[in-house]
Amino acid sequence: MTRHTLEIWVGIFVAAGIAALFMLAMKVSNLSTVTTGDTYNVTARFDNIGGLSVRSPVKASGVLVGRVSNVAYDDKTYSAIVTLSIQQQFNQFPKDSRASIYTAGLLGEQYIELSPGAEDDYLKDGDRLMMADSAMILEQMIGRIIADKISE
Amino acid sequence: MQSPLENTVNALETLGQRAILFFNRIGRSALFLFRIFQSLPFALFRPWLIFQQLYSVGVLTIVIILVAGAFVGMVLGLQGYNILVRFNSESSLGTMVGLTLVRELGPVVTALLFAGRAGSALTAELGLMKTTDQFSAMEMMAVDPFKRVIAPRFLAGFISMPLLAAIFSAVGIYGGYFVGVALLGVDDGAFWAQMQKSVDFHEDFMNGVWKSITFGFVATWIALFEGYDTVPTSEGVGRATTQSVVHASLTVLALNFILTALTLETT
Amino acid sequence: MDNLVEIRNLGFRRGRRIIFDNVDLDIQRGKITAIMGPSGSGKTTLLKLISAQLTPESGTVLVEGQNIHQLGQSELFEMRKRMGMLFQTGALLTDLNVFENVAYPLREHTSLDDRMIRYLVLMKLHAVGLRGAANLMPAELSGGMSRRVALARAIVLDPMMIMYDEPFGGQDPISMGVLIKLIKTMNDNLGLTSIIVSHDVAEVSMIADYIYIISNGNIMDQGTPAALEKTSSEWARQFLKGLPDGPVHFHYPAPEYQNDLFGI
Repeated sequence: MTRHTLEIWVGIFVAAGIAALFMLAMKVSNLSTVTTGDTYNVTARFDNIGGLSVRSPVKASGVLVGRVSNVAYDDKTYSAIVTLSIQQQFNQFPKDSRASIYTAGLLGEQYIELSPGAEDDYLKDGDRLMMADSAMILEQMIGRIIADKISE
Repeated sequence: MQSPLENTVNALETLGQRAILFFNRIGRSALFLFRIFQSLPFALFRPWLIFQQLYSVGVLTIVIILVAGAFVGMVLGLQGYNILVRFNSESSLGTMVGLTLVRELGPVVTALLFAGRAGSALTAELGLMKTTDQFSAMEMMAVDPFKRVIAPRFLAGFISMPLLAAIFSAVGIYGGYFVGVALLGVDDGAFWAQMQKSVDFHEDFMNGVWKSITFGFVATWIALFEGYDTVPTSEGVGRATTQSVVHASLTVLALNFILTALTLETT
Repeated sequence: MDNLVEIRNLGFRRGRRIIFDNVDLDIQRGKITAIMGPSGSGKTTLLKLISAQLTPESGTVLVEGQNIHQLGQSELFEMRKRMGMLFQTGALLTDLNVFENVAYPLREHTSLDDRMIRYLVLMKLHAVGLRGAANLMPAELSGGMSRRVALARAIVLDPMMIMYDEPFGGQDPISMGVLIKLIKTMNDNLGLTSIIVSHDVAEVSMIADYIYIISNGNIMDQGTPAALEKTSSEWARQFLKGLPDGPVHFHYPAPEYQNDLFGI
């Protein structure tokens, strides 16, 4: 095995390994769908965020437009402040858009659905979403159903 | 005829001696690792030595990794389909194959195969060198065997493992794809799309990578130590080679549990 | 007549076994000194003590007037470069060919260019008669050839002394003759000091200038080959002449023969 041949084989090995790592990162994992490029942040206040967490998807019409980048609790208003990082290319959401927390499928992960409003002004970095629907909590719903039944 | 008391005392004495030997061994292997670290900078300046080892440790293990990866992936496809079809969720096959390989089977099976093939070869090589006085000869020639022989092998093992694990997982996924989509009729798009949605870069992929790096570190360390520490006879080398595979494999499996438990907790 | 190596009050133990007990030994410069004794008497250990691969429990080992066990790492390094050692098995590096094995010390410790290295290696190989084998791998060499290559490697840095660990073990008469000739001519032509550890009495007596016989941690006898021929030590005589019975008994300690056979 000459020095030259050995170096070639080692090169092939390392290249194959790195290619495999790339393939796994790009094609198998969700790296390519993670928000790349610039984003702008808007916040929304919820009474209850349910199972929402950082990196949960933000969708509009079911299409991924960004991700949740921060979840914080405000003890002055006793509610949750969620920061949405929306990709720069989707910068035409009206200021009165609505953020609702839905569940994907019956028992899937929770995400924020942005429904566009009707105003002419668009959301900019740092804006606050005025309309926000909290997550539906199973226990509350059951409680409401029972309460309705009783009042009948 | 010994009284029960004498028997117990003897047993305790043996146990104590074994325990002391065990800790002695661990201490020696820690010092061994420390000497490797001391020699690493030198080894990095002689890339040719590392290349030679990358060849014998990495390149020569690729074939077994490719074959094993393909078969493991195909079995995953088969078994996964079998189970998922009962819940009408066969379209999630991609998710199952992807997650299982990237998180667990990729790093772990590769590490076990590595310990068996590359690890035992390293142990035998070093054991043979010790038995034929090559280490002594090097020391007499004022050459540090750690810098010339051991550190390059350590680096080669450490670099090779994550690469081999990635190749294993990649081949495995295609194996699962072949069985699931081509043979069993799972939808092509669903396979890849579902997989991509559920395999998270940070939690799953990076986790797998960290695991394989750790396993590479530990498996190579054990293989090199067992070889360096052998009794310099032919039975000694034989014994050390089997020991090295057993120790490395068990340690990898134990570490796997610990690492998995730690990372799942922080989710 | 000055001493290259002076050992005084050497004490060394392995576990509970005493290997050396207050031993004094001199190796004269330019001469061939032999250390002989039965297997397990610590002859190889002595070589390792001289080269500082092992540290004695007590006593001093002076090489060229310096206490080698008190030298710092780099000084010890330098000292080792001037010592050559020939191991029982040759100890050639198995992944290098003959040429590269002999060139190894040159590549490690000098910055000579490839041309100079080639000259030196081929000259040393020629001295041991193996210049034509330069491209063979150690696995292709016979035992005797391996040792000659190892010898070439040991002299490539022109050391001041060479230590031979059982160089004559298991060799056929021709290889034996070659090695004997080489050791003697090397020593005289290169002005080396040679220490031979062996238990091959006949071969060693042919070339040694002075002999030490060691057993049980002590020097049993010493002297020139001629002087030892007429030694008064029973023990030395049994060893040198290879007599089956003498101070070292033929029979391993056992109960009385009759009692053992007939169970009285």
